[in-house]
Amino acid sequence: MPMTMTQKILAAHAGVETVSPGDLIRVKLDMVLGNDITSPVAINEFEKAGFTEVFDKTRISMVMDHFVPNKDIKAAQQAKQCRCFAGCHGIVNYFDAGDMGIEHALLPEKGLVGPGDVVIGADSHTCTYGALGAFSTGVGSTDMAAGMATGEAWFKVPSAIRFNLTGTLPAGCSGKDVILTIIGKIGVDGALYQSMEFGGEGMHTLSMDDRLCMANMAIEAGAKNGIFEVDEKTLAYCKEHGFANPRVYTADADAEYTEVITINLSEIVPTVACPHLPENTKPAAELSAVKIDQCVIGSCTNGRISDMETAAKIFAGRHVAPGVRCIIIPATQAIYKECAKRGWIEIFIDAGCVVSTPTCGPCLGGYMGILAEDEVAVATTNRNFVGRMGHVTSKVYLSSPETAAVSAIKGYIADPREDTA
Amino acid sequence: MKAHGIVHKYGDNVDTDVIIPARYLNTADHKELAAHCMEDIDKEFASRVKKGDIIVAGANFGCGSSREHAPISIKESGVSVVIAETFARIFYRNAINIGLAILESKEAAEHIAAGDEVEVDFTTGSIINHTKGEIYCAKPFPPFIQEIIGKGGLLNAIKGGN
Repeated sequence: MPMTMTQKILAAHAGVETVSPGDLIRVKLDMVLGNDITSPVAINEFEKAGFTEVFDKTRISMVMDHFVPNKDIKAAQQAKQCRCFAGCHGIVNYFDAGDMGIEHALLPEKGLVGPGDVVIGADSHTCTYGALGAFSTGVGSTDMAAGMATGEAWFKVPSAIRFNLTGTLPAGCSGKDVILTIIGKIGVDGALYQSMEFGGEGMHTLSMDDRLCMANMAIEAGAKNGIFEVDEKTLAYCKEHGFANPRVYTADADAEYTEVITINLSEIVPTVACPHLPENTKPAAELSAVKIDQCVIGSCTNGRISDMETAAKIFAGRHVAPGVRCIIIPATQAIYKECAKRGWIEIFIDAGCVVSTPTCGPCLGGYMGILAEDEVAVATTNRNFVGRMGHVTSKVYLSSPETAAVSAIKGYIADPREDTA
Repeated sequence: MKAHGIVHKYGDNVDTDVIIPARYLNTADHKELAAHCMEDIDKEFASRVKKGDIIVAGANFGCGSSREHAPISIKESGVSVVIAETFARIFYRNAINIGLAILESKEAAEHIAAGDEVEVDFTTGSIINHTKGEIYCAKPFPPFIQEIIGKGGLLNAIKGGN
């Protein structure tokens, strides 16, 4: 029975030779993740069920990133509950204010996840690590609790859609434009219950940051996971970040896919998802009538070093448009520090931007950039649902860092290829 | 096991941000979450919903975030079952894991209107619309899910299992 990449990883972790789509299996977990919003619910369930020990204190990560530094008293209580649990159980990979970063930027950076792993996380964007060739998927808090207790999870083996990438990305475009284009094409439930497997010659031209951004948004197409073939860039990334044991799985040549979609990267244009679904995509060039009140550059989708570099190049010597608030959030402390070292923080501040310590804050309408009634934001985040960033009548347009930065300077949504400064 | 109640009807792609906005995720208290259930799509829901009521929606119900707070807020509101054409996969898992009954039926999602009086038989999967005098069939749960629900949720199932 030929298998996809995802199916091979799942079979290996279930201790069986082969699996087929629809099979119900129990797999061993390499990492179980939670954050300051989802972990408290998991801890309550874990304790209520009477568990007293975690399966492996080195294979659980808790990252205080959503409402930390604590946004209010209730958020502080939740973070405190996580801190106590982590202390009590000796959770090795507990990250709090000072060393935390946005979880899906932090775990790859720390070398905690890598090729061939099975990872579950009580956060929907856990699918990010598929960029490294892992099977990685978002779950709820009860699954997290069960995972912490047993080191196992049940899964229904998914079928897959194969994305064959060809060509190379033109200037002004990045992985964000590719994934928005794909979601625009297949819809927010286009890959429901399935894997999105990315490969082809074009894939090798994409940077790891581009791949992480694309895998991150697999959930926005309803997918169970997004996964990239492992190549030299992946292995170099693992080495650089200290991931010791990459296990490389390759799809069988005759693996079955429900659909094979070819995406020519050379044809990608700067793309924006309009309110209120990530599938409502349009070329940025067609949206110049959309005036913006706020710009957010950051998040688990686009808060990595290359995203900061893109923004710094655009903002150098320039200023955000009058009336526009621009919030830049490097995703981890290491990225923040690198931005400072390279002089980008100074560029951002001189351009009139706010630069913040890592947090998910504005992406989910938590804090650090909430929108008022009828306000409009362009953001490099991943969701533009009703009320996602604030007031129920506010609007979020999702874009790449290139498009967001140029739009902040212009005051309206702009195609970065037409930026002549 | 049966459910019987009045229907609250919604469209496609009801996301977890409108089911329970993130501004309320600074608590895990079930009652506080229920007080804001569906707030950004239906402001009156929390005050209108009665114990046993039923939510019916279109495709991809519960898309978006993995927040278990979403099915928790619905369950705590008193809703007896959510019927949708399809569910987003994390919501589907979470609902089962916390013991919120859910059923997939395109026919029911299309035909049932807001305010209809509907009865659901979970053992047969039949959905009876008393207002319209119609019967629809839902996909039954696979056996392993029945086992989780039968044992009172995932954690009880694994505790009682191995």
